[in-house]
Amino acid sequence: MSETPLLDELEKGQWPSFVSEIKKSAKKNKKAEGLLGQLELSYKEKKTHWKHGGIVGVRGYGGGVIGRFSDVGEEFPGAAHFHTIRVNQTAGFFYTAEALRKICDIWDRHGSGLTNLHGSTGDLVLLGADTDSLEDIFCELSKEGWDLGGSGGGVRTPSCCVGPARCEFSCYDTLALNQDITMTYQDELHRPSFAYKWKFKFSGCPNDCVAAIARSDFAVIGTWRDDIQIDQDAAAEYVQNGLDIQTDLLAKCPTRCIEWDGSLRINNPDCTKCMHCINVMPKALRPGKDKGACILMGAKAPIVQGALLASVIVPFIRLQPPYDEIKGIIKKIWEFWDENGVARERIGECIQRVGLGNFLEAIGVEISPQVVTQPRDNPYIFYEEYYEEEGGEG
Amino acid sequence: MATLEELKARKTDIGPPPVEKFLHSIIKENYGKWRYHEILKSGVLAHTAESGAVIYTVRAASPRLISTDFIRYICDLAEKYCDGYLRFTSRNNVEFLLANKDNIEPLIGELENNGIPVGGTGRSISNIVHTQGWVHCHSAATDASGLVKVVMDELIDHFKNEDLPAKLRIAVACCLNMCGAVHCSDIAILGLHRTVPKIDNERLPKICEIPSTVASCPNAAIRPTFIDGKKSVKIDEDRCMYCGNCYTVCPAMPIADPLNDGVSIWVGGKVANTRQGPSFTKLAIPFLPNNPPRWPEVTSAIKNIVEVYARNGKKYERMAEWIDRIGWTKFFSLTGIQFTKYHIDDFKHAGLSYRRTTQMRS
Ligand code: SF4
Ligand code: SF4
Ligand code: SF4
Ligand code: SF4
Repeated sequence: MSETPLLDELEKGQWPSFVSEIKKSAKKNKKAEGLLGQLELSYKEKKTHWKHGGIVGVRGYGGGVIGRFSDVGEEFPGAAHFHTIRVNQTAGFFYTAEALRKICDIWDRHGSGLTNLHGSTGDLVLLGADTDSLEDIFCELSKEGWDLGGSGGGVRTPSCCVGPARCEFSCYDTLALNQDITMTYQDELHRPSFAYKWKFKFSGCPNDCVAAIARSDFAVIGTWRDDIQIDQDAAAEYVQNGLDIQTDLLAKCPTRCIEWDGSLRINNPDCTKCMHCINVMPKALRPGKDKGACILMGAKAPIVQGALLASVIVPFIRLQPPYDEIKGIIKKIWEFWDENGVARERIGECIQRVGLGNFLEAIGVEISPQVVTQPRDNPYIFYEEYYEEEGGEG
Repeated sequence: MATLEELKARKTDIGPPPVEKFLHSIIKENYGKWRYHEILKSGVLAHTAESGAVIYTVRAASPRLISTDFIRYICDLAEKYCDGYLRFTSRNNVEFLLANKDNIEPLIGELENNGIPVGGTGRSISNIVHTQGWVHCHSAATDASGLVKVVMDELIDHFKNEDLPAKLRIAVACCLNMCGAVHCSDIAILGLHRTVPKIDNERLPKICEIPSTVASCPNAAIRPTFIDGKKSVKIDEDRCMYCGNCYTVCPAMPIADPLNDGVSIWVGGKVANTRQGPSFTKLAIPFLPNNPPRWPEVTSAIKNIVEVYARNGKKYERMAEWIDRIGWTKFFSLTGIQFTKYHIDDFKHAGLSYRRTTQMRS
């Protein structure tokens, strides 16, 4: 292995070191060795040495593999081809040791031995494959029951929070919906044909642990409509154990709708389901029983027209298999996008361009005050209806 | 090469395996029937089901860019202490799922002896979500893994201990594409370019489509032109804000500039709908130099912001809520960060952030 004085500095300190990880692989793997050398050069020159992505892939798929070529491949042959393989992760990122080891075996045989668990979108990422080994890797992964994730202008690999598998707050089955949506849209996931990327993210409650509201074109965030469930004994126990209920709970409720006089009283019609009180005393408070989710759309990072948070499209929807209602909405939205979208414009930008009101009307979703924080404050209204003067030209 | 048999077995669109087979029996039996959870100590959760069953979770750090050796090692631990079951969090922590409470301490002992800290729960700093950087991306203005490493080395005590007013979420992205959720984090570290893309007039006509290159610019800075009789583009330098979008569309417009690329720091973003709801990050420090391998300017800037927040924030107050309470003027004076003209928005909806009232703290 070549000398890496700069990267060696990143093996110091208490946080586990990615440089040590690259070195572990580099000891036995030429590709990882190439990466190590190239990265040291980048650290020296303060500059990336990856070329613009190239198109590579496996038969029958339009995405899931992202080409990555080095601009110093002659100097570091191992890094010359260093493609990414996105493997569709399990719902909620649950694994067994046995299953992960099999992926490691395949990856040690054919790739760099380096991975990301997980990529930003959620995929289990294998980092550093040669063009020639892609088919083999795919075949072996497929034999073990794994498939590719998404890339390009199509559905990206959906991801969800831990949900009902290990969280008492979950208002719908995030893992089941995530799996159902992933399976229903395999074609859109593997053969991208949209104007730009489309991300689905599923969070079980307004805590939004997968950052759906910030990072997905289509965010499904669990919520409820009835009263917060209260266990008064457990609430009293929190207070006895030293919880400063006035400061830490009552004063932090955004609508000041909770009171405490030895027992908790919530004025539920004023509750915005923000989760604060429930997070503070999970043993005493739980979401209501009339559970479902809110659908929000259009979050994205700044490129191209500026960053957006997702905004409410459907304030409340019940989610039970076979999920026909939500799939009906998705179908209408994609039809709309197909007609109105332009290349490299995310759906959030598209909705802003045509107007949320027009968008909701086009997809047949009821227009309610819940989709805005306030009515417009400018008078530039595009009226679509007029009175005609009776009698005409007469 | 794949054998004929393998090629025949090759199936497409099978999707991810159903999650059921990766769930511990305690989780399967109590799926959707969890009653409450407690944080037993930093990095250790106990979830109790209505049935009274309990599943314990030990949350451990990971550099995210990991070798198969690392994966095999955590798999060994999962088999030794967790009946083989483990998961990852959306912030790339490893979570070991234990049925037996007595296994918690031995597991933590082994992890810590092997340099893998345990923590990241409750009112602490969890793992930093980040992007590829120089390790694996063409548009990187800085390295992401390196920044994460040096910042977490500096803040490790806040990962191991729940000693902050509220949870603190940090994210790193190495260019404005922001493959991580940095636009909504308590603290965001964002790599950026500061100079106009250099146009390779030789290659451009061969590899780029002129109309899509022109259309790629959010600020209409790119115009078609002819150079030596060949089609190319030119950039109106006054309109360019170095976003690199044209480079994504056209590889003949490289934007990397080692002398000028660097890092900016943003604060006060939030994803959760708790209390005042989600918000974007706002600019704290417009530029810090790329100073690898350990970015001392960046680590000390982040450390300063975190420590000021730790001292002044009230319990359950996220960074955004703390700044809201004290006001931005106080934020800049407490942190000693200089407020400059770059902090004042001059893009599309700039006016929305101008102060449109006489109400202000002195
Ligand atoms: S989003 Fe809500 S339901 Fe999902 S893991 Fe987080 S707290 Fe639990
Ligand atoms: S969920 Fe939020 S809004 Fe509702 S009562 Fe609790 S703190 Fe108040
Ligand atoms: S943030 Fe930019 S540089 Fe970093 S991985 Fe994403 S596209 Fe690449
Ligand atoms: S870097 Fe961005 S602003 Fe500058 S010319 Fe390219 S697309 Fe336009």
